[in-house]
Amino acid sequence: MPNLAQWGNDLHSGKKSYPFIQKRKLWFIITLVLVALSIAVPLIKGGFNLGIDFRGGSEFTISQVQSTDVAPGEEAVHAVAADVEPHVTNIAPNTMRVQTDRLTDDQTLALAKGLAEAYGVPTSNVTSTFVGPTWGQDVSQQALIGLVAFIVLVTILMALYFRTWKMSIAAVVGLLVVVIITAGIYSLSDFEVTPSAIIGFLTILSYALYDTVVVFDKIRENTEDIESRTDATFAERVNLAINQTLVRSINTSMVAVLPVASILFIGAYLLGAGTLRDLALALFVGIIVATLATIFVQAPLYAALRSNEKGIKEQAARVAATKAEATAWIQGS
Amino acid sequence: MALTQPVRHARAGLIWLAIIHVLLGGLLAAGVFTNQTTWAPKLALDLEGGTQMILAPRVQGDSQISQEQLDQAVEIIRQRVDGTGVSEAEITTQSGRNVVVSMPGTPDAKTRELIQASANMEFRPVITGAPWTATAAADRTADADIPAPTAEPANASDTNWITKALYKKFEAYDCPTELASAERPENDPAKPAITCDPGTQYKYIVGPVEVPGTDISDASFGMANNSQGISTGQWAVNLEFNSEGADKFRQVTERLVSATGFQNQFAILLDGVVLSAPTANAVIADGRAQITGSFTEESARALSEQLKYGALPISFEIQSEQQISATLGQDQLKMGLIAGIIGLALVAIYSLFQYRALGFVTILSLIIAGVLTYLAIAILGWVQNYRLSLAGVAGIIVAIGLTADSFIVYFERVRDELRSGRPLTAAVEVGWDRARRTILASKAVNLLAAVVLYIVAVGNVRGFAFTLGLTAIADLIVVFLFTHPMLQLLARTKFFGEGHPLSGMDPRLLGVEPFYQGAGKFRSPATEGVASADSQDDDAANGSQRSLRDVRKAERNGERLTIAERRRLQDNSSVTTGDDKGQGADNA
Repeated sequence: MPNLAQWGNDLHSGKKSYPFIQKRKLWFIITLVLVALSIAVPLIKGGFNLGIDFRGGSEFTISQVQSTDVAPGEEAVHAVAADVEPHVTNIAPNTMRVQTDRLTDDQTLALAKGLAEAYGVPTSNVTSTFVGPTWGQDVSQQALIGLVAFIVLVTILMALYFRTWKMSIAAVVGLLVVVIITAGIYSLSDFEVTPSAIIGFLTILSYALYDTVVVFDKIRENTEDIESRTDATFAERVNLAINQTLVRSINTSMVAVLPVASILFIGAYLLGAGTLRDLALALFVGIIVATLATIFVQAPLYAALRSNEKGIKEQAARVAATKAEATAWIQGS
Repeated sequence: MALTQPVRHARAGLIWLAIIHVLLGGLLAAGVFTNQTTWAPKLALDLEGGTQMILAPRVQGDSQISQEQLDQAVEIIRQRVDGTGVSEAEITTQSGRNVVVSMPGTPDAKTRELIQASANMEFRPVITGAPWTATAAADRTADADIPAPTAEPANASDTNWITKALYKKFEAYDCPTELASAERPENDPAKPAITCDPGTQYKYIVGPVEVPGTDISDASFGMANNSQGISTGQWAVNLEFNSEGADKFRQVTERLVSATGFQNQFAILLDGVVLSAPTANAVIADGRAQITGSFTEESARALSEQLKYGALPISFEIQSEQQISATLGQDQLKMGLIAGIIGLALVAIYSLFQYRALGFVTILSLIIAGVLTYLAIAILGWVQNYRLSLAGVAGIIVAIGLTADSFIVYFERVRDELRSGRPLTAAVEVGWDRARRTILASKAVNLLAAVVLYIVAVGNVRGFAFTLGLTAIADLIVVFLFTHPMLQLLARTKFFGEGHPLSGMDPRLLGVEPFYQGAGKFRSPATEGVASADSQDDDAANGSQRSLRDVRKAERNGERLTIAERRRLQDNSSVTTGDDKGQGADNA
């Protein structure tokens, strides 16, 4: 603990400094590779593992079952609809899931009863879901509208708050990187894409930008008087800002990820698939990726976007001159 | 004065916080004690068990559905579901495109059908009528006296439509009973029917359908005008037919205008029940009819909206339907709560580890934010019928982390100010000034996301967006009215103010020798060494030499440096080489 505080002190004073800006080309290359992989993984795997909400069909969840055998479930389905191919899985301790093609209302009611008998539970322990084939598309279409609306609004909000479009652009580009990489990891995990997962993705947007705003605020503060400075270049001041907020970045992502991890654990091991688990995985990955992206993508990108500005270049030249003079003065003394 | 102002400020903040809690708590308590609500928040179906159907409207052709028509459709579905005797069904529209029906238990096939069916509007002429309760058995017409048809009916208003059987049924027809039953008669459009008018409390025998609702092109309401175009001061509903409808309606009015008694009336039926049964006063040739009567503004609007709905019969397709067992819901709620408690505990442990005693401020703040959120959800459940869903629970758990974030932003800021050599009381004020801006900006992003999500949301996304937004507001209230005031007050205690090692704000731990040396004297920061707790003063001489050099350099540049910048300058030689290397690599 004292070491962490000491580390924080050194980062704050600039005694210790990580070259986030200086090595930006390296981070950008790594990011591009990760983005390319995230796009390639779903392509190679043949798309995402889409949940029933996208395929359409009927799903039954039987809780507190006596046995987790697959056979009774399949028999129950065949008894009701002979030509339907059931997928029976054990999704959590004492919980079975049965997925079928779309059943009629009568079949649904009959199967719910049949499954309750097959697994020796009261009918009240059987949950049934019927989903039309367009429902998932509806959800994703709305999510997409939400994504676009949110990005447009937040770009304006940030541009107004920071009084520069370049921060908005850097933030939004970074945001897309976060979404793509998170989607790639999600695809790799083979979790089902459900409406809950999509909520998770939308929440990441909010978190990723929240985190970026905090770091950008420090950058703005550090570079406010950049034109009149002769001791550090714009890039150095941005780098100092990232370093100074590093402890905060670690702490905030830790406290954000801890509750999510607890949902993920409880959701995955005790409840099986469902709202909590899908949401939590997307968030868990997203929060970590978002924190890293702010440091390695968004802030360096902002510095890169401004590095060609006339004022910034001139100031950098002045700093170089002052430093040369100072060195000469030190050597001369 | 300068010293007491933050204290006064802090007290005001805490008092406001107390007032908010007392008001919200009092409101909820009042609701509970008057039996209008319960202490517990209302639960959504996925936690309570029941059926939820999400219906997408389908219209014939390419017509678009307006929010108005959707609302009307919801109203109609509500009447139907209520008619089936299902209590506590909730029917709402979502995002102006879907209708969500939530009800406890499992609906039977009949209810399901009723919900999906499109409403049917039709215009039928009235043949005869009677008060709407069943005629007492003793008063009923004797079998022999019942008029029987003498010929084939010549038109839709012809009494020859009334058979003996129909008339017997009509006399026995009891509207209150019929309207309360789930079974809606499926009336053949080509045959006469018995129907009830809840407005006038009459029952009618009506002829076959003469104009279908789809022939209505528009309906509106307003003040009626007399033939001179002067307002009569009466509310009226204006009805407009398409060309086909106008033609049919002309024929109807031509016949009806000369008829007397009930046969002068035409009934507008929705789902077999009379909306209105106006008398025909004139031949309407141009398809623009005006219905007058004892309308209020409200009833005129209601009728015109219902007529508009008739122009666009909407049927519904089930997009998703869930029957959730109460057992599963309870399990999930339990697990959700356990996940929340574990999450909260982890965050608490982490903040105690990171911020020592200050971690308790975080924990207390989280608890207060939790209480606020709980009160808000319970009250909204009562007032707005807001129901907490599993996704909503997830939103609250996720919010634990997001709420704690703003405290960290603040605490780190205060630490930064301590590192710059400020005493804690000043560091809290300056740190807050800067952190407040950051917190507001970042919370604005959170709120914006929640609002956008809420507006476009379908399905259970909504519950999640709602709690996310709610907790963001709770967080702001707590940071402003509790966390900051607490820190202002704590900074004045001996334990925190003097930087006890366990306070989490120990300047020595933050690399600063205590500058404040009592009696209002500060050690000059310029003569301070590199001053880390470890390196102590063994290179103090060296340090002061370097710092003198930097100060001179800074003075030459005409700059005013903060202490942190000064300290950074002291190590400039090493940092500069590091940076140069980095830049070199960049350029290569």
